[in-house]
Amino acid sequence: MTAHASRGPAIEFDHVTFCLNGRPLLDDFTLAVEHGGSLVLLGRSGSGKTTTLKLINGLRLPTQGDVRVNGLSTAQWEAIQLRRNIGYVIQEGGLFPHFTIERNIAIVPHIEGWDRERVRARVRDLLAMVGLDAELASRYPSELSGGQRQRVGVARALAADPPILILDEPFGALDPITRSEMQKEFRALQQELRKTVVFVTHDLREGLLLGDRIALVEDGRLIVNSTPPEFLRSQEPMVRAYIDAFSEPSDLRRSA
Amino acid sequence: MNFWHFVITNRQQMLDLTLEHVTLAGVSTLIAATVGIPLGILITRIPQLSKVVLGSANVIQTIPSLALFGFLLPAPWVGERAGRLAILVLALYGLLPLIRNTYTGIRNVDPTVVEAGRAMGLTERQLLFQVELPLASGVILAGLRIAAVVSIGLATIAAAIGAGGLGEFIFRGLAMVDDRVILAGAVPAALLALATDTLLGWLERRLNSIRTNA
Repeated sequence: MTAHASRGPAIEFDHVTFCLNGRPLLDDFTLAVEHGGSLVLLGRSGSGKTTTLKLINGLRLPTQGDVRVNGLSTAQWEAIQLRRNIGYVIQEGGLFPHFTIERNIAIVPHIEGWDRERVRARVRDLLAMVGLDAELASRYPSELSGGQRQRVGVARALAADPPILILDEPFGALDPITRSEMQKEFRALQQELRKTVVFVTHDLREGLLLGDRIALVEDGRLIVNSTPPEFLRSQEPMVRAYIDAFSEPSDLRRSA
Repeated sequence: MNFWHFVITNRQQMLDLTLEHVTLAGVSTLIAATVGIPLGILITRIPQLSKVVLGSANVIQTIPSLALFGFLLPAPWVGERAGRLAILVLALYGLLPLIRNTYTGIRNVDPTVVEAGRAMGLTERQLLFQVELPLASGVILAGLRIAAVVSIGLATIAAAIGAGGLGEFIFRGLAMVDDRVILAGAVPAALLALATDTLLGWLERRLNSIRTNA
């Protein structure tokens, strides 16, 4: 906390409660992500992980409390500006089916008014960065495999070089081998780019691999928020249950 | 004198009436699209209006067309010229398929794609023009196709109020009890409808093949 105290955290949840139709989806959430840090939100389906992400980019606003990005409340940010500072990756990429890969990746640079040559060059760089062949640029999403689409999704999120990246189970729909590849590549990419990352998953192994902090969310409440080794040592029953569900604990410790 | 003989001797008039028919149907469909598509978009943005708007368009559709011509005859400006009146009535009938298809087309766009666009910082306007409308265009075009075909069919009735078009032959043939004259109006009208249907259907399939297979 102290290292970046002067700048403050990149993302901050300050006693955030979010209700939908009177039902609380998030209950008194408090956490912070430092600049360049990566937080993994771990939890079951419906636990409130996705809602947490949508509170960061202002797709949802808190019912109570405050979500701050770079020190400014998301309610005060100009929504469009806020979102262009945050790359968003979702499962299956969420690509625009009527745009070519190039247009998909370049959508934010395009609306930000970059000139054509700069956009072209950026798309080439990004395709290389996520390990895709440059000739895919002119294809449509339906012509790509699930893994390729997911890579395009990551490239699109990185296009305008946003300082923050939020990812909602990005590798959830992939086969185990592709998923494992993508996880390793994403980790390498993260070490190179040093974005502030919030990553949602229900896969403990993925969480241990990609997060420098892991937050367990259950039923809209934050159960623990700790480093991966602390997480594995935790005696919190909910955490134990999660770890037990993922087979050999010794095996997991190695991957952390 | 058989049918073909009639066609050949009256070809100039047939051509004139066909052109008149195309103008009636074309202009009215254009007006229906100009009003219907924005209305359809509007009710996706203000859902409280959707019941009223779709309901009204539905009610118009249930009024028999001949009666609607009669109702609007005393209306100022449009009632003065038969052509204006015919175009107004035909446009009113074209509204429902256009409003409804625009509305359902946009509503059926994959919400994750729309939210992805919103999350990337697209404005509502950019979302509409770059994501929602292009993805709904196949369904909207299907609405246009229905509106155009219905309009070509209904335009034959416009002759009853003196607006011209191929209905002239049909009504004249009925009065003269002469099949050849009826056919001289009915056959080109049917061919027009078929051609329009085929052309717009082809366009629709082309659009859908690019956009729906994600």
